[in-house]
Amino acid sequence: MAKNERQWGKQMNAIITVVGKDRVGIIAAICVKLAEYQINVLDISQTILQGSFTMVMAVDISGASLPFAQVSEGLQELGKEMELSIHIQREEIFDAMHNI
Amino acid sequence: MINQKDILSTIQMIEQQHLDIRTVTMGISLLSCCDEDINSACSKIYDKICRYAEHLVPVCEEIEIELGIPIVNKRISVTPAALVGAACKSTDYTPIAKALDEAARTCGVNFIGGFSALVQKGMTEADQNLIRSIPEALSSTQLVCSSVNVGSTRSGINMDAVRLMGQVIKETAWKTREQDGIGCAKLVVFCNAVEDNPFMAGAFHGTGEPEKVINVGVSGPGVVHNALKELKGAPLDEVAETIKKTAFRVTRVGQLVAQEASARLNTPFGIVDLSLAPTPAIGDSVARILEEMGLQVCGTHGTTAALALLNDAVKKGGVMASSSVGGLSGAFIPVSEDEGMIAAARSGTLCIDKLEAMTCVCSVGLDMIAVPGDTPAETISAIIADEAAVGMVNNKTTAVRILPTPGTAVGDTIRMGGLLGDAPVMDVHKESSAEFIARGGRIPAPMHSLKN
Repeated sequence: MAKNERQWGKQMNAIITVVGKDRVGIIAAICVKLAEYQINVLDISQTILQGSFTMVMAVDISGASLPFAQVSEGLQELGKEMELSIHIQREEIFDAMHNI
Repeated sequence: MINQKDILSTIQMIEQQHLDIRTVTMGISLLSCCDEDINSACSKIYDKICRYAEHLVPVCEEIEIELGIPIVNKRISVTPAALVGAACKSTDYTPIAKALDEAARTCGVNFIGGFSALVQKGMTEADQNLIRSIPEALSSTQLVCSSVNVGSTRSGINMDAVRLMGQVIKETAWKTREQDGIGCAKLVVFCNAVEDNPFMAGAFHGTGEPEKVINVGVSGPGVVHNALKELKGAPLDEVAETIKKTAFRVTRVGQLVAQEASARLNTPFGIVDLSLAPTPAIGDSVARILEEMGLQVCGTHGTTAALALLNDAVKKGGVMASSSVGGLSGAFIPVSEDEGMIAAARSGTLCIDKLEAMTCVCSVGLDMIAVPGDTPAETISAIIADEAAVGMVNNKTTAVRILPTPGTAVGDTIRMGGLLGDAPVMDVHKESSAEFIARGGRIPAPMHSLKN
């Protein structure tokens, strides 16, 4: 079944988490990648947690130019290049676990 | 937006504490596949399973990627084969097992359950045929799991079936002796078997179930263990509260995956099994949770009480997280599949008698226990009878999955690898139960009043 055919309403949100060593240009590199995929950033929060750069981004993937699996793969590859762990997951899993 | 701390805690649970979906199991009714000719029954079975489950694995893989949570097993359960085979003229049901095996391979699942018979009150000819076919079926297939229900709270225990199952287990071990008797790891003897269990080896698709259904089993011993690490010395009611909260979260993920899978496969959602299922991986052990509560080694005095608390809290937390709960629901204690249980059994603290006591308060029973290869069939039957009695009287599901691998003795280890793990051979009582088992007949159903 094609990813775009599903019934999740207009907006399909995902959460991107980035953890690793801080350096110049992390947010820039990720945002360039997201722009390439036509993914809109809704919110960004970033801190240094136990010495690690930690960023959580909320994004809207409903207009993404590629299926979810390829977006996820692309971000993981970027993570490898930049020595960061980058994950993208649909927002629903966090909602389910932390909101009643 | 969801709080950043919550998001990171979810990631940590998945990456470091082995949070996963243990199984998505599609139940498929095979009642429409009955045929006088076993070969045409087999081709109907193969076709129907492949038609219904062809997208199961790809859809689960899609969900894994999108939600970022591993779905460890994708499985199929089918109508007990004795019911399907009953129409066949043939008395050897091994071809049915082979058809199931082939269908499982085609669909890419890692197990298919339902080479089963329900004989709690008596055996039909088909039931007997099926039970006699089990050793050959399990030794000539790889993915087929078999189960036999020998008792229930309403009908008592069928001791003729119990006697027969002792022999069948020995024969299955012998026929698969080249592979460490692995056939027995795929054979469960139940009391009060449930119709919607998603877990192997005991899964089958009951006759009260719809045409096809999606059932999901969750896991998360590592997450519970980790949550308890922050509660050193706290009173047990606080421990129970923390387990409840954790189980709630774990189960919500199961519910989400179940809904997604059900919608994408156009298959009704059945149940989420509120289970705490361990794996042999470090940090994914139920025994270590009990030890975290303050027991030096799992199996020592206090283990049953700790397990009772754990089992109950898992259910209480999980039940609100899912719209429909079922299956076996509770903490599992399979010895070979739990790193902490293996260590406790090796140290000699955890013995079969203690495990039997533990099964009174948890799901499911004497699970994945290796016993010496020369254990007599009657002793195995007697172990089954004991366990079935626990289930019958306490109105709960119990089961025995026991491995009498030929040529092994106490102190040896049976290495099965993967999720099945390593089973240290445990001692059994040497004194005979043969005369008791030889009697056969039935143990009548118990009283439901005057409870003591």
